[in-house]
Amino acid sequence: MNGPQDLGGQMGFGPVAPEPETDEPIFHEPWEARALALTLTAGALGHWNIDVSRHARESLPPAVYYGSSYYEIWTRGLERLLVDAGLVGDDELASGSALHPAAATARPPLAAAQVRPSLAAGSPYTRPTSTPPRFGAGQRVRTINDHPTGHTRLPRYARGVEGTVERVHGCFVFPDTNAGGDPDPQWCYTVTFAASDLWGRSADPRSTVSIDAFEPYLVPAS
Amino acid sequence: MRALESILIDKGYVDPAALDEIIDTYQHDVGPRNGARVVARAWTDPAYLERLLADATAAIAELGYGGRQGEHMVVVENTDTTHHVVVCTLCSCYPWPVLGLPPAWYKSPAYRSRVVIDPRGVLAEFGTVLDPEVEVRVWDSTAELRYLVIPRRPAGTEDWTEEQLADLVTRNSMIGTEVLAPVAAPTVGIRDHADGGGGAS
Repeated sequence: MNGPQDLGGQMGFGPVAPEPETDEPIFHEPWEARALALTLTAGALGHWNIDVSRHARESLPPAVYYGSSYYEIWTRGLERLLVDAGLVGDDELASGSALHPAAATARPPLAAAQVRPSLAAGSPYTRPTSTPPRFGAGQRVRTINDHPTGHTRLPRYARGVEGTVERVHGCFVFPDTNAGGDPDPQWCYTVTFAASDLWGRSADPRSTVSIDAFEPYLVPAS
Repeated sequence: MRALESILIDKGYVDPAALDEIIDTYQHDVGPRNGARVVARAWTDPAYLERLLADATAAIAELGYGGRQGEHMVVVENTDTTHHVVVCTLCSCYPWPVLGLPPAWYKSPAYRSRVVIDPRGVLAEFGTVLDPEVEVRVWDSTAELRYLVIPRRPAGTEDWTEEQLADLVTRNSMIGTEVLAPVAAPTVGIRDHADGGGGAS
């Protein structure tokens, strides 16, 4: 969706203000650490995948998204996911306390002893396929010009643009359908664009931008 | 946040000890020192660098790093003609196992919006001014690949040990917003010439 998350090339956010690396805390407030940990543990209950959770965040109204800090966005997204999964009621969020019995969860709650092993294992997103990749390294391709109302990982700035396939990465869960629960694996490619093809005459003449694009985002260059 | 946490704990969805364990992991164990060790190894072992560039996930796993948000790694190497910088314009994708959690600026709309359209301007805000002849390559992490930049090894470190090198690699140099400065002539404490120890490293 053309939501507030799709920031590439937008203007008006001002200069980047990096904190000195050696002084920057991992979390700026204690609640941020809780927000991260709650998001990970609630995710482990198995009711949504990474694309469902990304879509929950990007579906926040733009004014809310831009008016929220990073972990506030995560928290608002998490609240939406919990309600949509039937695990928490809106009335519970409003009152700030548990009012109903717990719902059955898809997976048991993450135990402390499982945390480090599960973080170390991760969850690979590659999937087997019997379909060969449609494109190869070095091939010129064009991204589709499409504006889906659901989740997508093709940023607006890179739609309808010609670029070159740089690398074929394998077959991965497809975010556009995975956000609806269907992994429908697709080949994933690094596609590199000349900055001038993305940004026109204001582009840096010696710069490129590469994205990782799923096969349905690409057609052969004409 | 406290209210949401207590709802989830009261309903038995979340074990509070698991929350503490996650926070402890990213506060104390998983951070940019991991990536720095990968970089230092790549600088000192050409065969390792080759494996990193060919299959970064496997090569990083050789050093014991991997897992959540680093399941599929790509390594890009800065040279004297090419500088790499990494972003996630759509959210905050970042290679957690080697760099830890992303810094606030990496997640900010200012960085995410501008580094793709004005990379040199953004780098300048980090104090990084590249030769105009150097090509800037921006990597937008739009899928499940996660990127680690191998910065250029600073001049003056030719006979440093891998451990010494790892200590000078910054997080920002592995995202690509910083270039590591040349190291001044060695002083006592880094290498002790009086002992003749310099030749041994």
